[in-house]
Amino acid sequence: MALHSRDVARFAWDALRGYPTRTILMLTAMAIGVAAVVVLTSLGEGARRYVTSEFSSLGTNLIIVIPGRSETAGINPGTMMGETPRDLTLNDSLALTHNYSVRRISPLNIGSASVSRQNRSRDVVILGSSHDLLAIRHWELAQGQFLPQTDLERAAPVAVIGSKIRDELFGARRALGEWIRIGDRRFRVIGIMGSEGRSIGVDVQETIIIPVASAQQLFNTSSLFRILVEARSREAIEPVKQFIIDTLQQRHQGEMDVTVITQDAVLATFDRILSALTYAVGGIAAISLAVAGILIMNVMLVAVSQRTSEIGLLKALGASARQIVILILAEACLLSLLGAFAGLALGQLGSLIIRYAFPVLPAYAPVWAVVTALLVALVTGLLFSLMPARRAAGLDPVLALSKR
Amino acid sequence: MIELSHIHRNFQVGDQTVHALDDVTLTISAGEYLSIMGPSGSGKSTLLNLIGLLDRPTSGIYRLNGQDVTSLNDSEQALVRNREIGFVFQMFHLVPRLTAAGNVELPLVLAGISPEERNQRVARVLDNLRLTDRSHHMPEQLSGGQRQRVAIARAIVTNPKVLLADEPTGNLDHKSGQDVLRILEELNARGITLIMVTHDPEMGQRARRQLHMMDGRMDSDQEAGQRGSA
Repeated sequence: MALHSRDVARFAWDALRGYPTRTILMLTAMAIGVAAVVVLTSLGEGARRYVTSEFSSLGTNLIIVIPGRSETAGINPGTMMGETPRDLTLNDSLALTHNYSVRRISPLNIGSASVSRQNRSRDVVILGSSHDLLAIRHWELAQGQFLPQTDLERAAPVAVIGSKIRDELFGARRALGEWIRIGDRRFRVIGIMGSEGRSIGVDVQETIIIPVASAQQLFNTSSLFRILVEARSREAIEPVKQFIIDTLQQRHQGEMDVTVITQDAVLATFDRILSALTYAVGGIAAISLAVAGILIMNVMLVAVSQRTSEIGLLKALGASARQIVILILAEACLLSLLGAFAGLALGQLGSLIIRYAFPVLPAYAPVWAVVTALLVALVTGLLFSLMPARRAAGLDPVLALSKR
Repeated sequence: MIELSHIHRNFQVGDQTVHALDDVTLTISAGEYLSIMGPSGSGKSTLLNLIGLLDRPTSGIYRLNGQDVTSLNDSEQALVRNREIGFVFQMFHLVPRLTAAGNVELPLVLAGISPEERNQRVARVLDNLRLTDRSHHMPEQLSGGQRQRVAIARAIVTNPKVLLADEPTGNLDHKSGQDVLRILEELNARGITLIMVTHDPEMGQRARRQLHMMDGRMDSDQEAGQRGSA
């Protein structure tokens, strides 16, 4: 005797509707489990995408040179003699331009200074750099022009200001061509940054960019904070990196006292960390799914004992043990499916709310998490119902029927 | 059609063995109307459950239509129950969340019969038992007599040869009880073998053949005609 699958589904559906409280409780448990997986993984995935896009906005094929050795290389002659690492200088930066694979290069200095115009003043982050910085970081100008393409050592008194600085110093008045005071020097405003430029910690709208030589004079230093190098292609990154290391080591009397990092490496590291985080959070959420599975087992056990006489009746009417198992499993399966899809809807709603509340976070649940959550819900629901179903199938019909 | 030979059924209660059935040998022909009477604990329900394949004998052989059914496995026995045997219980045992028609349909669902055929057969049986206007009622909306009639409809929807009734009127008032009994007797008159367990002598004496049980043994087995003359 073969049950029609449509009859099985209808029987299971009737059974679920027959005990609404039990059904709603179990649906809720299952739904919360699935929703937790969806929301948490979408958060993790959102964080990963956010960081990835932030790093991409730094620039493409970017190599960053930082003074000093970030790794501990044990004891070297330098530490013995109490020497500090050599600074990066403008000449180091110039030396790095002599390579075909280097497309652009931009030295970078950073500091803070008081900026004033007439009676308005505030402290501003000052970037000292060069013409190529704009292209390397993919920034855009709103008005005017960027730093002129001149000799790096020329300390021209010009400044490109962020739009917010413009608003604060000039209000609605025209800023281009006006003079501002940075520290104890006067600079002429030649350009205004666009609003969308933003990357890790530095808000372009709130900075002022001046030629690197001017910044060195302003902060009274001959050293650089960074050198940004853009390779011609992705493949050129490694050779350029090696070229930088060789050149600087040669210039620094054979001592390797700079750190060269590529944006790819940093990006890959963050990607790995955040993916691991997403998996971990997803795993934690999956535990709540397993708990939901155990709950299903308990409730199905209760359901079986609640319906002992019904199961005995089915046996008297000619249901085989296999048919009873199928009917009980179908009920659990339907319950898990409904719960899982309710949870999916709930989770997507949660992600939507997160995206709405934090627009910078692209909190979309990854497909693998959704699929896994649904599968785990279904499998735990079925697995944990096997025992109650077997118990039902093994019921003695005589005893079952004699129960009131 | 029903042949029981030397059937024993023992239950283990604590460290005591209870002989619910003690060497019962019985032959029932097709179309008979048989009542099984006796005090509670005499084994009459156990005998009915055995005939209905809800229980297995400890020893002895049970043949149904010449086939030894004691050696069948679980699903084979389920098939026999579905096709050959109908049950009517004292407690009705209707599934509360299904309509009257849904309850009657159950044995056909389990048999894997197509919905179209099921609908026809259910409608016919409900019509026979004058329940057509109740077919979409839930059990709780029905009176006791109506519930038992739905249960009878469910028992006969598969056209079984044997109808087993365990105290079918035990939960009914006198009038509904008479009503239900008349329906069962009508079915018997149309050829179904009717075996009814009851402790009510008035009910039992209406059967053509009456079986009295005592302590798991058959005390007497008499045809209705003989009793009057004795």
